[in-house]
Amino acid sequence: MNNVLPLLDVQNVAFSVGERQLLQPVSVQLHQGDSLLLTGPSGSGKSTLLKILASLVTPTTGHIRFKNNDITTLSPESYRQQVSYCFQTPQLFGQTVYENLALPWQIRRQKPQRDKMVAGLESVNLSADMLNKSVEQLSGGEKQRIGLLRNLQFMPEVLLLDEVTSALDEENRLAVLSLINRISAQEKVAVVRISHDVNDIQQAEHVLRLEPPKKENRRESA
Amino acid sequence: MNQHNISDTSLILSLSLVMIALLISQKEKLGMGKDILWSVCRAIIQLVIVGFVLKSIFDINNSWLTVLMVLFICVNAAINARKRGRNIANVFAISFAAIFSGTVITLTILVLSGAIAFVPMQVIPISGMIAGNAMVAVGLCYSNLNQRFSDNRQKIMEMLSLGASVKTSSRRIIADSIRTAMIPTVDAAKTVGLVSLPGMMSGLIFAGIDPLKAIKYQIMVTFMLIGTASLSTILAVYLSYRRFYNVRSQLKMSDKQGD
Repeated sequence: MNNVLPLLDVQNVAFSVGERQLLQPVSVQLHQGDSLLLTGPSGSGKSTLLKILASLVTPTTGHIRFKNNDITTLSPESYRQQVSYCFQTPQLFGQTVYENLALPWQIRRQKPQRDKMVAGLESVNLSADMLNKSVEQLSGGEKQRIGLLRNLQFMPEVLLLDEVTSALDEENRLAVLSLINRISAQEKVAVVRISHDVNDIQQAEHVLRLEPPKKENRRESA
Repeated sequence: MNQHNISDTSLILSLSLVMIALLISQKEKLGMGKDILWSVCRAIIQLVIVGFVLKSIFDINNSWLTVLMVLFICVNAAINARKRGRNIANVFAISFAAIFSGTVITLTILVLSGAIAFVPMQVIPISGMIAGNAMVAVGLCYSNLNQRFSDNRQKIMEMLSLGASVKTSSRRIIADSIRTAMIPTVDAAKTVGLVSLPGMMSGLIFAGIDPLKAIKYQIMVTFMLIGTASLSTILAVYLSYRRFYNVRSQLKMSDKQGD
């Protein structure tokens, strides 16, 4: 994408479970503020790739460098605070929305800032009184937005989003997309987002299309 | 003290109780006949051997032999407990460390407080009771850990993806597993005397001891069972939860989610 040292440099990353290949080798480079849209049919390994980038799963082959350091040499906790993965259907913790948004603060041993939480909620069309709401009472779309806000309490350098608008109506989808575009442009966060939406694909800055591994495609040697 | 002796004839006659179980198994086609016979034979043989071994150890009355017997009990308890945690690396060592530490700490407190004397006749039966209870609690703990790590896989990954440590991500599971493993011991303590008259107390009453003296022993047993079960489960959980992750702080087990 440009010649500056990449933030995230992914080289020939592939993933297999036993003989079954789940992700064909992928190479990609991400720089500050890049926006990459990941698409492809079911079974092409999109979520698996994001989990690998988030260091939640170790690839079978290939390497990932973050700011020119092999990620296996970095502390997994501090790496994941900088390269943050948001699930498609988040499972919320504890009893209330507040507990969920407070967790990233507790992880960093900082006092949660209610103002910042409220500002985040309002940016995705949720009201401040949502903070005290029980997680049991939330709709799928509300859970999805709270899940995303959890990852945004502290701005990561790379944000990995797994179809985070799939449960949203058009109005809320646009609000979330606008937030994502804003943090990518203003905060220079590199965003990798999975989407199947034709409009998203047409408007994306960069698109990476994954193909499902062929049936006869057995595990590759390293 | 009234000596109560059970005659061989009475023992053989009481075997009719097993016959009832066998008849039910046959009539209801439970297919448990072989299992019942095998378990009864094992119980008879094991208890006869233990009877002779204990008699010899009590007669010899040697401290080292007593310690060796406590070790033997703990090793057997650990072998049994590990069956529920086969997927956990070094599960035998963890089980032994947890059960042995719990047993030794409890025994030390009981001996130092003068509740029991360091003689084989007292130390060995007490060790059997507490190690047996710890074995069940530790085994339950492994079942809970396995179940909860499997059920909460995504939740844990979400915490990890926010930059949480392995310990923070496992905190809820650790607490729930310890609590669930302790439930049988705590429930037994709640209902002692109301639902069951436990072995220690019943044995003493059988032997002709005043029930008011017998309950003192039972109170001590309740204390020691709760103490050992909590110590052993806490140790077992803290020694084993990390084994569900690899060195990269990733949950073990292959990620079968293809997309």
